[in-house]
Amino acid sequence: MNTPVEMATALETANQLKAKFGDLLSEPAVFRGDVTLRVADAERIAEVCRCAKNDLGFNYLVDISSVDHYGEDPRWTVVYHLRCLPRGVELRLKTDVSEEKSELPSVVGVWATANWHEREIYDMMGIRFRGHPDLRRILMWEGYPYFPLRKDFPLAGKPTDLPGVAFTRPAPLEGGPFVTMPGGKDAIEREPRVRTPED
Amino acid sequence: MRTETEIGYNTKIEGDVVVTTVDAALNWFRKNSVWPMPMGLACCAIELMAAGASRFDISRFGSEVMRFSPRQADCMIVAGTVTYKMALAVRRIWDQMPEPKWCIAMGACASTGGMYRSYAVLQGVDNILPVDIYVSGCPPRPEALLDALIKLQNKISREPVLKKLTIANLKKEAA
Repeated sequence: MNTPVEMATALETANQLKAKFGDLLSEPAVFRGDVTLRVADAERIAEVCRCAKNDLGFNYLVDISSVDHYGEDPRWTVVYHLRCLPRGVELRLKTDVSEEKSELPSVVGVWATANWHEREIYDMMGIRFRGHPDLRRILMWEGYPYFPLRKDFPLAGKPTDLPGVAFTRPAPLEGGPFVTMPGGKDAIEREPRVRTPED
Repeated sequence: MRTETEIGYNTKIEGDVVVTTVDAALNWFRKNSVWPMPMGLACCAIELMAAGASRFDISRFGSEVMRFSPRQADCMIVAGTVTYKMALAVRRIWDQMPEPKWCIAMGACASTGGMYRSYAVLQGVDNILPVDIYVSGCPPRPEALLDALIKLQNKISREPVLKKLTIANLKKEAA
């Protein structure tokens, strides 16, 4: 999280980026010291990232993550966490991708570290990155048919079989998953209990 | 018929002669130098290291020779969470170990999948290879691993080595 001084710098930097791209970027949103810009067109994310790195000094890509808004359109949000190490400023870029497309340009050409981040998102969510040099699964094995971090994939998993290579079976949840209630007033209330999504 | 009589040795009566059975002698050799293959996959591996270090000292039971080559190991200690992706490697290493070989599933994850009831984790390493001893705990204390080792030694000392060899030879001849 940015300190107040860094936040002012981050906001200034975000406005510089906004001045370059105009309507492509949203107004910078500030939440608890973090500055977020939404990129309207996912096809231009690599271009925005290159500018952020070369002109504004965001030389470190902290992380790329993805969000599944199951049942909504567009379904995916891809989130880029940028950091400028010399100034200690952080900036977040968000862009929406529709389920039909599920594809956006890779930023490996900007930050080489994006290679594994993008592979992880491809493995877990099934979003493809165009121009990635080696878009293989990274945590599950080649040939695994599902994308396990999607909201419509059960926690216990689904049975699969790739003879001679690997198999999976659904894990016994024994009535779970068990969830703690962090806000409970005493230890008894905070005990892990079965919680259905409707509760 | 198998008898359970203890085979003792009395210097005054027997002099320099020790009477035993071939099975008992072979098993005695085997059980006192079980070379482990440390399959350290998670936090249990830290306890396994502690069991190998001076305070708990696994060498008191002849198992201090941790072999990182499966071809030189007798007992695979699966210490940690076996994910489906790692399961391939675990099985391959197990297949590379020469007979006779044993397996200790150390901790809740290796035994049953533990708290990881999810798509990514193999629910017990006994799905892919035969386990001799299960150790409970998350992670187990080094004493628990030593106890498992003693139990394994007792198990080894009861194995019918010659009978197994004879059956194997008969099978070879038949084939």
